[in-house]
Amino acid sequence: MTNKEPIGRFRFMNEQRVNLDGFATPAPELGLVAFNGLNDPKPSLIIRDNRIVEMDGRTESEFDSIDEFIARHGLDLSVAQEAMAIEDMDFARRLVDPNHSRADIVRLSSGMTPAKLAAVLSLLSAAELVIAMTKMRARRTPSNQAHVTNRSDDPLLLAADAATAAAFGFRELETTVPVAGDAPSNAVAVSIGAAVGSPGVLVQCSVEESAELALGMRGLVSYAETVSLYGTEQIFIDGDDTPWSKAFLTSAYASRGIKMRVTSGGGSEALMGGAEKCSMFYLEARCVALARAIGAQGVQNGGIDSAAVAGAVPGGVRSLMAENVMVMLRNLEACTGNDALMSESDVRRTSRTHPIFIGGSDFINSGFGSIQRYDNMFGPSQWNSEDIDDFLAMQRDWGVDGGLRTADEVEVERLRRRATEAVTAVYSWLGLGDFSQEWAEEAIDAAGSKDISSGDLMLPLTAARTIMETNVTMLDVIAALAENGFDLEAQRCLDMLKARVAGDYLQTSAIFDEQMNVLSLVTDPNEYSGPGTGYQPSSARQTEIDTIRQQRSVSDLRTEQQSFANKNIFATGAAETSYDPRDVVIGVSPATGKDIWVTLSGLSLADAISEVLAGLEEEGCTGRIVRINDTLDLGMIGLTAARLSGSGVSVGLQAKGTALIHRRDLAPLANLELYSVAPTITRELYRMMGINAGRHAKGATPEPVRNPYSDEAIEARYHTKVVSLVAIERECVNSNGPEVMELR
Amino acid sequence: MSEQKGFSGKNVSEVTVESIRRGDITLDDVRIHPETLAKQAQVARDNGNPQLAENFLRAAELTSLSDELVMGYYDALRPGRSTPTQLLEIAAELSKHGAEKNAELFRQAADVYARRGLAAK
Repeated sequence: MTNKEPIGRFRFMNEQRVNLDGFATPAPELGLVAFNGLNDPKPSLIIRDNRIVEMDGRTESEFDSIDEFIARHGLDLSVAQEAMAIEDMDFARRLVDPNHSRADIVRLSSGMTPAKLAAVLSLLSAAELVIAMTKMRARRTPSNQAHVTNRSDDPLLLAADAATAAAFGFRELETTVPVAGDAPSNAVAVSIGAAVGSPGVLVQCSVEESAELALGMRGLVSYAETVSLYGTEQIFIDGDDTPWSKAFLTSAYASRGIKMRVTSGGGSEALMGGAEKCSMFYLEARCVALARAIGAQGVQNGGIDSAAVAGAVPGGVRSLMAENVMVMLRNLEACTGNDALMSESDVRRTSRTHPIFIGGSDFINSGFGSIQRYDNMFGPSQWNSEDIDDFLAMQRDWGVDGGLRTADEVEVERLRRRATEAVTAVYSWLGLGDFSQEWAEEAIDAAGSKDISSGDLMLPLTAARTIMETNVTMLDVIAALAENGFDLEAQRCLDMLKARVAGDYLQTSAIFDEQMNVLSLVTDPNEYSGPGTGYQPSSARQTEIDTIRQQRSVSDLRTEQQSFANKNIFATGAAETSYDPRDVVIGVSPATGKDIWVTLSGLSLADAISEVLAGLEEEGCTGRIVRINDTLDLGMIGLTAARLSGSGVSVGLQAKGTALIHRRDLAPLANLELYSVAPTITRELYRMMGINAGRHAKGATPEPVRNPYSDEAIEARYHTKVVSLVAIERECVNSNGPEVMELR
Repeated sequence: MSEQKGFSGKNVSEVTVESIRRGDITLDDVRIHPETLAKQAQVARDNGNPQLAENFLRAAELTSLSDELVMGYYDALRPGRSTPTQLLEIAAELSKHGAEKNAELFRQAADVYARRGLAAK
């Protein structure tokens, strides 16, 4: 190693954001390895008298508490022998083979040990994982979950943002707190906001296990997710639970009719220094087997808080997706991570999510940060509010249903206003606190909590204490909503309570649609079996996916152009050939003075022409504007103009702004100078064009004007407009001869 | 669905915004009934998840316990909170309540916690 400064190419590369990420040399002894850890056992299963006496290389007496729970509860012994006898590669192939049904794979997987499923899934390539996910997820219809939090636990902003997230299509909202004591207030505010936004949106408040259960028992939240599992006993105990306490907690939720899923994720044990020389993927295989064993309906995994640990090692990102597929094989709901931000690089974070987005899962993100990164009290997410339009565009690009939809700005403003009004009314009615009108107005408009200056930071804590001390339940919230005229929201909150009585949403992968139908493994099973099967968006949903707010039609652009129409440029009669050596024709395209008025650079066409005329005048030439009506091809416009020109030199100008200098002896597609990137042609360049055309007319050889180059995606920005403007030009083409135009 | 009854036995169709406003509804009216959980257990079993079914059956047993008791039992199962004897005592209480599946869970825990050093010292 020398201290020499790296060469420029590497200095430049070092500055890229991806190099802020940590990349680890695999360290198997620390568990810093995605697959094939030092202590990963070979799959094994010995059953004696209907009892597992050895599993994955450990005998009964060696079982730790995780092995023990899986062995006693987790495996279907009636299929175990058959399942364990299948070659790993054989079973791996079945996962991507449409001739093997999901039902059969799920049946066999229930008899496979953690090490067996880990061995099988480590054989799948990235592309195969996508197919396996498409086929194996439990619910047919994909969906998505959002984080809704802010730095100050501002109830008005929480409610407004919850309503906004619901409007964008999220079917689960997860909140949490920077101040633990605020939790009950957050739960109430987000539940109200969700009800404003849409019927049937599930709400969670992620806090310590007991506290979360208590909120659920009061009806203040409608599902739970922060029930963490770990793959080694030591880390499990560090998390202050055992498989037995988690099993009991799982039943406690179900006993109150509350949906819950557990959380795990590769890398957590390595991060906490307790991986016991096992790979991240094998330890996660234990978590997923345990999740099934304790009777949880679903798992949030794919790294979660430790996603960046997995991301730091070779194959780590693939292992995160394989974790998700493993959940699906265990016939559980998969809430597939893409949660905590695992890279500073937009490319890497997109790459990490994209296969799951394509394959489709029960919840693509187990927390899309629907709010500002700085307001995300889970930490910035893999996807954040600044990415919502990207995500919607990606859905449209691939025709994929990622669970989101375009929300109308006016409607979102209405919802945000109503959410703040509802929270204000409920908090006041229940004696939880009073909000000022200024605060509410700021919350409605706010892109994040930094936009709010008139909040009372103590209010959430006071409200939360009052909720606990006066034993406020969802029934009180419903009554308060109704008393204050929020009948719709009262009914929606009540519908969520009633759903607990029916219990249908306790089944695997359950969400509600906007008609309060339960979509789950039971009611909406995924039966993918090859092309043309499985989930297909309805035509209404496809329209939702396809119709993003930024799209423009030819008629939109025509209307926009017409708004700039004027009478300052018009045809006056047929154009003659000139014999004046100072005559330079400016050949303009058919739509000039008719349907196109502004160039792609935003300059009016009249101004562009004026500049060319002025440039010609500077060189002592006379410009003559002639509309070439029979072609929209710029070369032909220029050449036709040059043939009319006394000097034999012309400027050709398409109405969208593209221009060239032509001469009558050249081939149509040749030219003297070309100004091809219309969006970047400024007034000054049109002036230079006139000057150079004048110099050409005088027989000089001017220095060509350099086109301005840019690193921006000019084509992405303008090509759709170009298509429309060309279509408009084409409609203006006619067989009339060239016409002289006047510009006032 | 309209036939569904809450834990209290009240038909869920009687639970309306209006009846809540009148103060006629308690949380027990919007709490799941053990029979409903038993029915959901059958659905889970029919859909290839006997463990989820078992969970619903354990849950059915817990419906009759108060929130405080349920939370207390959960705490007792956390690592280092209870001696094996205390866990067996809770198992006996649960049995008395007819919560046999949960009692079995506690008995297993007593055994494993002792073996793995997860019990209170």
